[in-house]
Amino acid sequence: MPSISFMNVTKRFDKLLALDRLTFDVESGEYVCVLGPTGSGKTTLLRLIAGLLNPDDGTIFFDGRSVNTLEAHDRNAVYVPQQYALFPHLTVLENVAFGPLARNKSEVEAREIASKTLETVKLSWRAQALPGELSGGMQQRVALARGLASGADLLLLDEPLGALDARLRLELRHKLRELVKQSGMTAIHVTHDRDEAMSVADRIMILRAGRILDYGTPSRAYTKPAGIFVANLIGGASFLEGTVDAVTPDFSLIRMRGGLQIRGPSELFASDEPIILGIRREQVRILADKFEAENILEGEIREVRFLGSTREYVIRLTNGDRIVSRRFLEGKNPAFATGQRIYVSFKKRDVMTFAYPSQGLRKELEMV
Amino acid sequence: MQNAKTQTGISRSMLHELLVRAERLSASPFVTKSVYSIALAFFLLIVIAPAIAGILAQLFSLPDLKLSSEVVARMQSAIVWSFLIGLSVSSLDVLAGIPFAWLIVRRREHWTTILDSLADIPFVIPTVALGFSILEFWSTPSGIGMIFGADKVVSPGMLLIMLLHFAFSFPVIVRVMVGEFLNYRETFEVAARTLGASGFTAVRTITLPILRPGILAGFLLALARSLSETGATIVVAGAFENGTVFINNARGAGLTTAIVIASLLLIICSLLVFALTKILAPRIRIAPLRVWPNFEKRLSGRSSIEARNAISLGIFFVFVLLPCLFIALPAIMAMADGTVNEAIAGVGPWAGFWSSMLLSYVLALLATTINVAFGLPVAVLIARNRFGQKATKIIDALVDLPIIVPSLALGVSLSFFWSRLGALPEFWVLVLAHTTITYSYFVRAMTASVQGIAPELEETARTLGAHPLRVFRKITLPLTKYSLLSGAILVFTRSVDETGATSAVSKVMKTAPVLLVDWIRGNVAVTPGERALGIGFLVATSFVALVVLRLIALRQSRRK
Amino acid sequence: MPNLDIVGVSKHYGTIAALDDVTLHVGDREYVCILGPSGCGKTTLIKCVAGIEQPDQGQIFIDGRPMQNALIEDRRIGYVFQDIALFPHLSVKDNLSYALAVRHAPKDRVLTVANEMLDLINMRDRSKSYPRELSGGAQQKVAVGRAIATGSHLFLLDEPLGALDALVRAELRYDLKRLAIDLGLTIIHVTHDQEEALSIADRIVVMKRGKIVEVGKPSEIYLSPKSIFTENFVGETNLLEGRIIETNVSSCVVQLGSHKIELPVSGKVGGQRVVVSIRPEFITLTRRTTEIGGGWAGRIKQAAFLGDIYRYGVQVDGETDMVVHVPSTGETGGFAVGESVNVALGKSGHMLLFNYPVEGLEKETALE
Repeated sequence: MPSISFMNVTKRFDKLLALDRLTFDVESGEYVCVLGPTGSGKTTLLRLIAGLLNPDDGTIFFDGRSVNTLEAHDRNAVYVPQQYALFPHLTVLENVAFGPLARNKSEVEAREIASKTLETVKLSWRAQALPGELSGGMQQRVALARGLASGADLLLLDEPLGALDARLRLELRHKLRELVKQSGMTAIHVTHDRDEAMSVADRIMILRAGRILDYGTPSRAYTKPAGIFVANLIGGASFLEGTVDAVTPDFSLIRMRGGLQIRGPSELFASDEPIILGIRREQVRILADKFEAENILEGEIREVRFLGSTREYVIRLTNGDRIVSRRFLEGKNPAFATGQRIYVSFKKRDVMTFAYPSQGLRKELEMV
Repeated sequence: MQNAKTQTGISRSMLHELLVRAERLSASPFVTKSVYSIALAFFLLIVIAPAIAGILAQLFSLPDLKLSSEVVARMQSAIVWSFLIGLSVSSLDVLAGIPFAWLIVRRREHWTTILDSLADIPFVIPTVALGFSILEFWSTPSGIGMIFGADKVVSPGMLLIMLLHFAFSFPVIVRVMVGEFLNYRETFEVAARTLGASGFTAVRTITLPILRPGILAGFLLALARSLSETGATIVVAGAFENGTVFINNARGAGLTTAIVIASLLLIICSLLVFALTKILAPRIRIAPLRVWPNFEKRLSGRSSIEARNAISLGIFFVFVLLPCLFIALPAIMAMADGTVNEAIAGVGPWAGFWSSMLLSYVLALLATTINVAFGLPVAVLIARNRFGQKATKIIDALVDLPIIVPSLALGVSLSFFWSRLGALPEFWVLVLAHTTITYSYFVRAMTASVQGIAPELEETARTLGAHPLRVFRKITLPLTKYSLLSGAILVFTRSVDETGATSAVSKVMKTAPVLLVDWIRGNVAVTPGERALGIGFLVATSFVALVVLRLIALRQSRRK
Repeated sequence: MPNLDIVGVSKHYGTIAALDDVTLHVGDREYVCILGPSGCGKTTLIKCVAGIEQPDQGQIFIDGRPMQNALIEDRRIGYVFQDIALFPHLSVKDNLSYALAVRHAPKDRVLTVANEMLDLINMRDRSKSYPRELSGGAQQKVAVGRAIATGSHLFLLDEPLGALDALVRAELRYDLKRLAIDLGLTIIHVTHDQEEALSIADRIVVMKRGKIVEVGKPSEIYLSPKSIFTENFVGETNLLEGRIIETNVSSCVVQLGSHKIELPVSGKVGGQRVVVSIRPEFITLTRRTTEIGGGWAGRIKQAAFLGDIYRYGVQVDGETDMVVHVPSTGETGGFAVGESVNVALGKSGHMLLFNYPVEGLEKETALE
């Protein structure tokens, strides 16, 4: 029995269609990340589950029972907003004990549950502090503890790490998942940071303009993305325009701009079908000299970007298209210099193919 | 011993049981909607309806609308003057109040915080006392005329009314503007300066336009006060008539028709002016940027700033503070010469005085209690849009009605309404009048306070399992308790201060300020000492209120 | 052309030192990123340069001219605020031309510059819109355009991309760098995001608690930082505590738990407590087929697929946890949780040796 089930759920705000016939399941104990640009409807989704909003159409089920008319305080789904909403006039301990007390546990019991939970987030030593005295990372942990201690089944996290420094986010995201998994709660974690989603999710749901574009494991979403937008959102890629020239059982011949021809995977294409090619950055190799390969194209290094453990090279091919290559472990100095003429190579099986988008490539990639 | 212990033990657990039951009850949306509906019904039926219906009913029951042409002329000019005075005084207050509020907020030194408290004084002193003080200051040989060796500087009349209204509306503007400046994101101004704007230019082109809604709100509040005020205006009017003075004179002469028509006209014109201003003013397009860099740079210089501050402080002292505090002198003198003993003994006019004071306080207490009880749900209702956006907008506008409608006209309408409805004792009509007048102040203060709490706090509490009553008790109330207290004190002082509606309603009973108007105008024979002392007593109690308000504000800011 | 000298600047708020003896030179057309956790003083520093705050001690020179008594409006520095701060009552066009209007420039000049800026940020079609109608990214662009319209060549950017989605941020930062190069600007860009700093800065200034920790080129800061704080803050790393057990003329041997490594570092004392840092990408894992055998034995505790890499949590010696990144394009396939592996710490050049910090490792590397 799935813990949460959405059946054709629609939500409107005046004329704006925030969510459009959403249908999906979340299994009990799952950690699901909802990934999407600002305005895609992620927060609305969370608030619908929490009971802070009611759907205009469709039904929401918890454990098979409709909750459309169930009030927020009866839903057993704790909402943790982006700014944490810690009660500023209550101490850390009182904040964490709020949930158990609201569910009519005795004072003594509630405090005990709160103390135990504070131990798991390593904040027992700050139990008597007021939220305003804590750092951002500590506040985040208190907000989490408050959710974990509540005894609810569902944990709804709205950009839980959004208010923190980048480095802190890196540090805390795994601890977040660990603690939630330990508690056994089902979690829905909303974010716009795809690294975060890939690191912590059992499954990732990609939301865009109120619709689900993809819903699957990080690995599946990455290797077989459902569309250009998803491919760009999860992992990024170089996108090039092309037309299918011919298809053989082994490979397909694709003609790019300027007549450059490459080999792609053998798939069911219509002849002369216009398509979009996508190649992941780490699957593009740079070579100083030309040699035999499935695909090899000439180009010039336009930009070199140092990213720490990797370097990215922006290469301009002879036909004017741009392609990006990511190289690992290069060391202090880049292997190739700006302006250098080189060759790029990639395997035909690494070429992702997509139908040509009706509104054009630029609009399709826009982060809205 | 044992019995007592178990008894308190039982009552505590009984209380707990009661709370749990109440909370569970609040979980039903029907119950919460009912609470809001009852509060809303109270507002509409007890506060709004009588205020409007009364005057209308009386209008339709008049045998004829005949007025002598002389009365008509007087009435027309009186009402026009009310608005002319109101609009001009409010504009002057805005011009004088903005630099003053700026000084308080931007120059965070010790003496500016004292200035902040001083600016409140005209606000808290009952307007009757203000009126008398200003009369003494400008129009008597013992006032400021002493410096020039003149009998008086300003005679009772239009100019004196303007000086009076300027003084008591000044703190309204300053309060609003201080709040606006404190909430203002200074980053905008800093951004303007990084783009090359001098201090003056940045304030003129960026800060003030952004704060336009707040300035407008302050302006309208000052206007409302000016149109409403009755007691003090009567004291300083002399032979001049503005709207409220006219109605008061008409009452004295028994010209019912004139009273009804004048009140109705005041109400309609007020509503029109306010509605027009609220709708049109935000639409006025801000003219394209014209800057005179060199000139404005000089205005941003140290010497210009000091000059501006000096002028601002000068205006405050000469036109606001001194005239208001002037009453202190005769009051202190009266304390010294033995009048006090008579006062305490309740001899002569003092018997009536103390019973008036008692009436004032009882009314204030009742009005406060009723307003807190019925106003709180309405405040939450508005702040959290509980009845949907459109309905909330309408209710929000309606809450302003008792402020916009001049209190004298309101009182006239109320007394007509309740006297027609049956034998409602004068005391209860007074209670209703005071409740109606002060309702908006409480609801406005609480609404702003509840809006200041992030909705996420209450939402998260709900998802943690708390029923609505629990959310209110544990989250909303603790975070707004200071505003609740200051709102209640505000209502209390406004009620004690009230003259307009009271004088319209009361036939026999007199509250303290209304009695004091009689004392000042000579309708009751009192010595100057007694007069001064009576006013002094009234002022003293309001001062206590000011101190308490300041302390609350201090605790609140410390908690932050 | 603008260069900047900050000499011995200190600023206190009560007892807290927001800035402590900061000295920095920024050359003409340099793109310098100031990187550090929240509260490290980076924003206070640029506020002092802009004249928004006054330092308690020290001096600031722009092109050799002292800025002591210069008002904000006279310093001619472009400033982009963290909260964007577009004037809400002015249209996009009026916002952009404010700098000129304020100088009483002739009308046609104002118009020309406004249109230039609109073209620069590609927003001609939105010139009449108001800030509240724009997306976060669009607002950010207008804020930058507004600052550029001042004609200054020295720019201070306070977390200019902070309000944006992760993916939009990753794109816009390169546009920012390109703009700086095209217009010949000197830029100081404050951020807490190390990937942002690494990818676009000419030099990175690392700050902590009001002090400059170190300054260097991105590759230096990442691969050979002088301080352990920098090593931990800029990107992820594994910090392994150990002891010196052998010293030679040009090398030493460190005992890390059950493992021994030799490093080409001299000047250490036997028995000295040290910390060895090795980044996740420099560790190699191989399948452990037998219980007995060489290499450092470890067990996979967590496994996550991040797209171009696998992220593993590996535990050695039953208690020490390490993070390892393995490229997904590599030969070694995915490891499963619970699997036994051999941990190889890579070339000695990849490992950095630090003295054990006086204040303790946790305090020294604290992120907030």
